[in-house]
Parts: sequence; structure tokens; C-alpha cells
Amino acid sequence: MAELNLQPNIDDPDGFYAELLAAHEGLEKVESDALNARLVLVLANHIGDRHVLRQALAAAALKKED
Amino acid sequence: MKKIFEIPLYPYARSADQDAPAPVRHKVVVVGAGPIGLAAGIDLAQQGIEVLILDDNDKVSFGSRAVCYAKRPLEILDRLGCGKRMVEKGVEWNVGKVFFDDRLVYEFNLLPEEGHQFPAFINLQQYYFEEYMVDRIRELQKEGAPIEIRGRNKVAAVADHGDHVAIEVDTPEGPYNLTADWLIACDGANSSIRSMMGLDFVGRVFEDNFLISDIIMEADFPTERWFWFDPPFNRGQSALLHKQPDNVWRIDLQLGWDIDKEREKRPENVIPRLKAMLGEDVEFELEWISIYTFQCRRMEKFRHGRVIFAGDAAHQVSPFGARGANSGLQDTDNLCWKLKLVMDGKAPESLLDSYDFERIHGADENILNSTRSTDFITPKSEISRIFRDAVLDLSEHFEFARPMVNSGRLSVPCTYDGSPLNSADALLGGPARTRPGSPCPDAPLGDEFLLPKLGGRFTLLTIDADAPDVIEEDGIEVTRLALSVKDDPTLALKERYLGDAESAVYLIRPDQHVAARRPSFDENIFRAAIRRATGKE
Ligand SMILES: Cc1cc2nc3c(=O)[nH]c(=O)nc-3n(C[C@H](O)[C@H](O)[C@H](O)COP(=O)(O)OP(=O)(O)OC[C@H]3O[C@@H](n4cnc5c(N)ncnc54)[C@H](O)[C@@H]3O)c2cc1C
Repeated sequence: MAELNLQPNIDDPDGFYAELLAAHEGLEKVESDALNARLVLVLANHIGDRHVLRQALAAAALKKED
Repeated sequence: MKKIFEIPLYPYARSADQDAPAPVRHKVVVVGAGPIGLAAGIDLAQQGIEVLILDDNDKVSFGSRAVCYAKRPLEILDRLGCGKRMVEKGVEWNVGKVFFDDRLVYEFNLLPEEGHQFPAFINLQQYYFEEYMVDRIRELQKEGAPIEIRGRNKVAAVADHGDHVAIEVDTPEGPYNLTADWLIACDGANSSIRSMMGLDFVGRVFEDNFLISDIIMEADFPTERWFWFDPPFNRGQSALLHKQPDNVWRIDLQLGWDIDKEREKRPENVIPRLKAMLGEDVEFELEWISIYTFQCRRMEKFRHGRVIFAGDAAHQVSPFGARGANSGLQDTDNLCWKLKLVMDGKAPESLLDSYDFERIHGADENILNSTRSTDFITPKSEISRIFRDAVLDLSEHFEFARPMVNSGRLSVPCTYDGSPLNSADALLGGPARTRPGSPCPDAPLGDEFLLPKLGGRFTLLTIDADAPDVIEEDGIEVTRLALSVKDDPTLALKERYLGDAESAVYLIRPDQHVAARRPSFDENIFRAAIRRATGKE
């Protein structure tokens, strides 16, 4: 079974981080919240694997996985 | 002209039981003449069991209430002799549209599978549904079937005495007493029998109100299910438009929690809301207005000795998904054959406990689906609304988000996985949809269909396999239905019952659920399966 990758995995992390912030630039708080929600859904669908998604939910909660 | 729901269809008439010196004993008393009680009565009477239905009212459902009926209940109703009439009167639909704000975000087609006698869904007012069942009871009575329905007979007290149930009934002419071998409580979501017996009914109330209007209008909207999230005419809330026969349209408008129900129900407040939705110049007439708060809950157990609960009395769901009446009909379909065997001494009383197991499984599945739909339709927190809206916005652009849009997951029958009546699946390569516990899917057989041939008895369905024509195991007679994949040139039978297997033998229960399956007949194994399916192993 695939496992969630929690090791550095993005080339040019500073570049990605800048693009993430740029996507939110000029947005009101509600628009930003909506963008984030859409982003989560798009990424989650790309991952697809429920086991990995569950691990990601746990990781994001900063709690240990059961 | 009077509406059908304004005419007493089973008016009060004094019964000889009221003048009897001692309480008269009945085989089965069904309390409640809603869709579920009527179905229970018809089913038992068709099996030759004497049954008395008591209802505190004398008319069919006031207003349309349930409008959407699914394939499986229609198949059950066909066995009860009223399914075809409902389909003839009902409106069939397959297309649904989902709107968000002021735009259409996507459209779906239920694309019903070919090769079924009954459509995926029909819309029909509950009052017609009940009227046709009452007509069916009248027909059975003419044929001499032992069934009676008494209007304005309100059950006031019930006591289970172990070997019978004592019942006190109130009528316009005063009370009288009855006894019964068994009592089936189909007295609806506010079941008074449940309260009299001090039984729990726990679950979740959704803090929301919905204005349900049935209007009569000549409109050229198509026969589709239209659902709006956050439309301009009902900001922050949802709306639904659905067609019924006779130019009656169902409109649901979500109103939120903090409202004055009496005020909102007044025509002078309802009409402007409907005009905002339909357009100022659309002419319509109000047929029925009601305000609902939804609940998802069930009893912990449905069987309490000789008192057995079914339908809304046992479990309640939100209407999104049309699972109320649809699932209640599967309750009585599950119960009646078991009760018949127990009453005839052909199965132990413990067979009735499998009704609890199987229908609680069904109720939990319905509650889960209906809770999830309600959470999507009426988000309970800021973040759940943010995600809901994100799904809707994405669904307009990308296919991946569409399966997440939840405007009600429409009723499908449940598979009794893990039921004590199932034998282990022994058909290698067999389709998952017909594994033990599954409701049998229909299949075409030339000009005919499979399900009517299964009927309401135990059947040994053989497909390109040998078996005896009849086997009798401890009082249970099982007759063979011999088929070949060649009987269905469309290959639906093969695809639904064989999969990758070359041949199959299925043991099918009277409620048309699969009890066991194997590639070939084996006498000992099938005898054991019959015993198991009747609660003897
Ligand atoms: C707005 C709305 C929309 C719905 N839409 C759908 C849908 O599209 N599809 C679907 O499947 N379901 C739908 N439902 C649910 C459906 O209406 C119910 O699930 C169904 O009516 C339940 O049937 P029942 O026979 O269990 O109970 P009920 O229909 O409530 O019948 C109970 C009967 O018992 C009688 N009774 C009560 N107490 C006593 C007593 N003490 N003595 C004698 N008689 C008594 C009552 O008079 C009544 O006739 C909807 C419900 C609502 C409110």
C-alpha cells in the first residue's frame, strides 16, 4: 500500500511557496478560504488513495495516526 | 371537486368485536394504515393469514408527503398486486439538474440499467399510493382473503402477555378490547405504541425547517429533478422542484431554524416565495403546504416480543433520498414471510430476530446516507459551507467534483451482508451484486421478467445447472426455476447472476434476497442453506 510521503518532495520549495502565496494575493479572506478549500479538494482527488488521504488528514491535524 | 385525501375511504363502522362478550382474538393486528401498514396487511392476507388493520383516521395521507418511489419498492408492490397501477399513474424521471447561485452547475442522468421491468424512480403522491393499496385490499376482500381495515379505531393501550398481545381500541362509539397473536406497529414517526411501551427513539434532529408546497400549475418545466443550492430566490438556503402526476409540482424551500412556522405557512407568505422562484406571471394554485423539521433516528430494537415495529415507527430519516416509505416497504417485505413461517410452526420464533438484524442494517445505511445528504445540503458550520461551496464551484468545471455533490442519494435496497440467514458465497467468479444477502436484480426473459417468476416463495434458481424440481426440508418447500443463459439474449441474466462462472444454483428467499449460491446443486449443502435461511442453524 502507498504511504503518505512526509519527506521533502517538492523541487524548489521557495518557488512553490511563492506561487502558493501569489495565488492568494489580492483576495479577500472569504475568497482565500474558498480557494484553499478548492485546492484541498483538487489535491485530494489527485491522490485518490483513501489510506494516504487518511494519513494526510492525521498529519495535518498534527496528531499521531491511530 | 373533493380531493382523494378528503374522502373517507374506510369510514368508521361498528364491528361485531365491539359487542363481543370477551375480547376477540385475531391472528395479526396491524396498527396504522399508512403505506407500511397497508403493505403489511396485503402481504399477510395474500399468504392467507387473517389480519386486521386499525387506523385512527379514515382517509389516505393528507397532502402528498412522499412522492418519490424507487425500483425495489415498486417490485415489492408488484408482488402485492399494485405496482403496475402506480407506474401507470406515476411520472417517470431520469434527469436531474443542480443549480448553484444563479447558474446550472451540472446535469445528471440516472441512466437506468436496461432489462428491468420497473423504472428507477417514479413520482406519485402518497395519497394515490395509499388509495391504490386500499383498492387492493378491497379486491382481496372480494376474493375472500381474510383482511379487514377499521377506520377511526385508535389504539389506546397495548400489552404483550408473552403468548398474545392485548389491545385497547378507542372509537367514536367508545372503547373496546381485542387480542392478537402478533401486533405489527406501523403507526408512524410519532408512534404512540412506542411511547406506551416506553421505548427509546434516539438520533439527531436537524435544526432546520423546510417549507413543503404542492402546487397545481400548467408549466412547461421538463420532468426532471431540479435542485438549487443558495439560489437568488432563497439566499443561503436550498430549493427543490419535482413533478408529480396531474400537474402537481412539489417545491421544497429550506427556511432555516429561527422562524415562525405558523406565519410562514400562511398563503400570503408562501405565494411571494413561490413567485420569486417561478416568476411573477406563472399561475398556480396551492394544494398542500407544510413545514418540516428533519430527524434521523431509529429504535434500538424493532422486535419487542410479539410487538414488531416497522416503517417510520421504527426509523426516521430526512426526506433527501426518498428513503422513508421506500425503506419501510422493505421492512414488511422482510418481515411477513418470516412471520408466516413462525405462525405455521415451520420456523422457530428466533427467525424473527433476523428481521431486527437485517432491517436495522438497512435503517443504519439509510440514516447514514440521509445524514450525509442533509449535512451537505444544510452545512452546519462556516467551514462545512466553505467546502460545500467549493465542491459546487468545482463541479461546474471539473468532472471529479460531481460525485461529491450530494442533493440526496436516492434510495437503493440494502444487501444483508453478514446476516445470520446467509450461507457463505461459494460461486467463484460470481457477480458481487448477487452475493448472499443481495436483493435479486431483475433480468429480462424474452417478453417476461425474472422477478415475477421468483414470486414470494423459496426458489432454487438454476442457470445451466441440474437440480430436483422440488426439495422439501423440514416443512419448507423449495421449487426450482430452471433457466439458461440462452433464455436472455441480452445477456443481462448472465452478467447479473453468473459473472465469470459457467453455471449457478441460487437459493432465493421469499423476499427475493439471495440466501446461498454455488456453481452446481449439492443436496446436503442446499438443505443446510434452507435450514440456515429459516433460522434453524
Ligand atoms: C415532506 C415529506 C416528503 C417525503 N418524501 C418521501 C419520498 O419521496 N419517498 C419516500 O419513500 N418517503 C418520503 N417521505 C417519508 C414517508 O412519507 C414516510 O416514510 C411514510 O409515510 C411512512 O409510512 P408509515 O406507514 O410508516 O407511517 P405513516 O404514513 O405516518 O402512517 C402511520 C399511520 O398510523 C396511524 N396511527 C398513528 N397512531 C395510531 C394509533 N394509536 N392507532 C391507530 N392508528 C394510528 C396514522 O393515522 C397513520 O395513518 C416523506 C415524508 C415527508 C414528510
